Amino acid sequence: MKQIDLLIIGGGPAGLAAAAAAYESGCRDMLILEREETLGGILKQCIHNGFGLHTFKEELTGPEYAQRYIDKILEYGIPYQTGAMVIEITPEKTVTCVSREKGLEQFSARAIILAMGCRERPRGSLGTPGWRCAGVYTAGTAQKFVNLQGLMPGKRVVILGSGDIGLIMARRMTFSGAEVLGCVELMPYSAGLKRNIVQCLDDFDIPLYLSHTVIDIEGKERLSGVTIAKVDGDLKPIPGTEIHFDCDTLLLSVGLIPENELSEMAGVKLSPATSGAIVDDRLMTSVEGIFSCGNVLHVHDLVDFVSQESARAGENAAAYLEGRLDICAQRIPVVAGSGVNALVPQYISQSANCPTTIMFRPRAVRKNAVVRVCVGDEELLRKKYRVLAPGEMVTMTLPADFMQRQAAQAQGAEVLVEVLE
Amino acid sequence: MLDVVIIGGGVVGCAVARELSRYDLRILLLEKTADICNGQSKANTAIVHGGYDAQPGTNKAKFNLLGNAMFEQICTELEVPFKRNGSLVVAFEGDDEQMIDRLFERGQENGVPGLSIIDREEILRREPNLNPTAKRALLVRNAGICCPYELTQAYAENAACNGAEFIREAEVTSILPNPQSGWLVRSMAGEFETRAVINCAGIYADKINDMVSQDHFSIHPRRGEYYIVDKKYAGKFTSTIFQIPTRLGKGILVAPTVDGTILLGPTADDIQDRDDTRSTAEGLKKVLAGAGKSWPELPGRAFITTFSGVRAHCDRDDFIIGEAKDAPLFFNAAGIESPGLSSAPAIADYLAKMVAKRLKAAQNPNFDPHRAAIPKFREMSCQERKLAIAKNPDFARIVCRCETVSEAEIRESIRRPVGARTVDGVKRRTRAGMGRCQAGFCTARVVEILCEELGKSPLEITKCGGESKMLTGFLFNRGGGEE
Repeated sequence: MKQIDLLIIGGGPAGLAAAAAAYESGCRDMLILEREETLGGILKQCIHNGFGLHTFKEELTGPEYAQRYIDKILEYGIPYQTGAMVIEITPEKTVTCVSREKGLEQFSARAIILAMGCRERPRGSLGTPGWRCAGVYTAGTAQKFVNLQGLMPGKRVVILGSGDIGLIMARRMTFSGAEVLGCVELMPYSAGLKRNIVQCLDDFDIPLYLSHTVIDIEGKERLSGVTIAKVDGDLKPIPGTEIHFDCDTLLLSVGLIPENELSEMAGVKLSPATSGAIVDDRLMTSVEGIFSCGNVLHVHDLVDFVSQESARAGENAAAYLEGRLDICAQRIPVVAGSGVNALVPQYISQSANCPTTIMFRPRAVRKNAVVRVCVGDEELLRKKYRVLAPGEMVTMTLPADFMQRQAAQAQGAEVLVEVLE
Repeated sequence: MLDVVIIGGGVVGCAVARELSRYDLRILLLEKTADICNGQSKANTAIVHGGYDAQPGTNKAKFNLLGNAMFEQICTELEVPFKRNGSLVVAFEGDDEQMIDRLFERGQENGVPGLSIIDREEILRREPNLNPTAKRALLVRNAGICCPYELTQAYAENAACNGAEFIREAEVTSILPNPQSGWLVRSMAGEFETRAVINCAGIYADKINDMVSQDHFSIHPRRGEYYIVDKKYAGKFTSTIFQIPTRLGKGILVAPTVDGTILLGPTADDIQDRDDTRSTAEGLKKVLAGAGKSWPELPGRAFITTFSGVRAHCDRDDFIIGEAKDAPLFFNAAGIESPGLSSAPAIADYLAKMVAKRLKAAQNPNFDPHRAAIPKFREMSCQERKLAIAKNPDFARIVCRCETVSEAEIRESIRRPVGARTVDGVKRRTRAGMGRCQAGFCTARVVEILCEELGKSPLEITKCGGESKMLTGFLFNRGGGEE
């Protein structure tokens, strides 16, 4: 068993940013474990541009964005192992990993950063009626085929769900010579970013069918068509509104799920709202010394936000290793009030003395809404938004000194985040 | 010339092939589709029934009971997952409780061992997640669960290792009397002269029988739809939970599987098209409503997928097993619906002995009853994993993350006798793609490995044979080939 200070599980954008920040904060004994053959995670297949506007103030492609961080890892000489799949993490922070090069290895880590990312929700979980034929792929699988292997999954495409990967693939498939007949979204609003709706659908005259869903998947062997229908307020298909498409491919972009199997093995408690770990403002999970960041913690809109969050996890892990993190402190809960979903973090330590970032997703589309953050009776923040939508995460930064206020020190204090009409 | 042609590569056909391979016979199995275990053998409730349900005196009752008792030995010899988890037939408040007595009596008459009737307290002690309005239940101790595709594949592999041949994509088009041998079987894969024919053609068994016999029967496809519940809920139920049976079948079950998932289903709907394995909105709704009666806390977002299978319900309402009256050395194993999986070992044993006797076959001196399972990385201990990787580094490359399936297992599933040729074939042999991401991550790699192993282009790889191509073209023209 190898002793190590910090293990980073995952060499995608979250793991890379966490590793670089941990190094910059003084950590030297660390290792990144990446299951794929190269670093970069899902960015490897995201060959479109639009990454890095926040972080680098320029538009990069996914691989370019990843390379900026990989270069840092190389520059710092941070060790990493690719083709290395972690198969177990115990609550005692023993990590078992397998790789062709080194076989089965076990590590005893003092701290761990979970950065495994997320996966796509599959067709099966939707219970969509029809045949289980070839030609039904998640958007990410199709993206991998097209962008990494140069293989076309189909010629006439319908996309179910308007998540960002689905929108990106609508454009990508069109560029690659396929015909994209439409993008079908169950909700009355898109789950994707506005700019992707404009640049990936509108610019190519691909219709977006809001409040519609796929009600039948046809084709015994290969997909031959799908039928969509409008849905009512309860999201049930309305008879008589069916539209049929002849197509050979159905791509799904119906949600991302943080991939927390390893976290659960480690005894990390998960939040039903995010499907990610329950963390405090330091991004430490319910298991001391285990941190979580990026899409394994909660699904982000932009990789820039993943990098920012993960850098904080890296800094905090380094501080924890040096005993600089006050882990015995009382924590007060952060509570999702009306209109607030998928709130992170769920706790703030009472000793927090730097600005604290709170992120959440609005439950519904709201115009001219106000987001308010209170502790006890005291209002900490109030911010007006012209439009709030579930597809765009809201970030609020609490002032550094808020924990010192009286209301935060009171017995049973909690931070309440709510959307006001 | 062959001694026996078996038509149909489901669990019965493959089991018959294996039992016949105990004898010194030239055996060929013809399967219509791209893979064995591609019909109702792959899409059922994966239950080894106790045997209380069938009418006394029927073949169903007889072979169910005999087959059930054979599972320990068969699954040990073939290294197939099997567990005697017991089942409960539960009467809830408002149900006809007397049915429990009737089933108990029928079970006694059928000779089912270890039956008893238990009350609410005992039911809930055994199954705390069951609907507490449960009043009485029939406890069926000898009921079990088994992996039906692994059993079918194991039978086929073992038969192949003992000399039987398998040809897939070999739909039988006609069977003619042949003075030289007995029968001439024409198929999409050629003509075969044989002394005996065994019809194990599942939902098409009546069509095959019609080719040679005037003693007609007909198969009526009856579809059953299912949900699969995520492994996260493993352990919610220990026993298989039945409700009071209806005219069409045994009702909606909550059935734990040997893999830790839970099956909900099946429905029972008579349909026209025998290959119509669609899921329907109504069917899936029925499954949830039915399963919700047994499992009131059934979580709403717990499903990893849906599937459906078509039962070969026979108008004679029983298994038809034996030599056709008017066609010597033509044998039927027809009308095999539930409890078909449970009965398969006994049907195969019975038919193989009958056929061998009629052909005056000698024993196969080289018969080896043992088949080693593909080593499952996910089930290995740490030490076993180290050793496995040391021997074959491909074990360290995990392709399917959800089910922890290694590249070594996938390659082996393709290299085995009667090995995988399709993405679904790999899935059923290794569980790659069967987990909660439903092949989102591993599909591209599985396609690559199939190409490497079979020397094929990615454009030739199918999901399940026929026109089920995974990919439609190359993005760029590759090395002078035509686009």
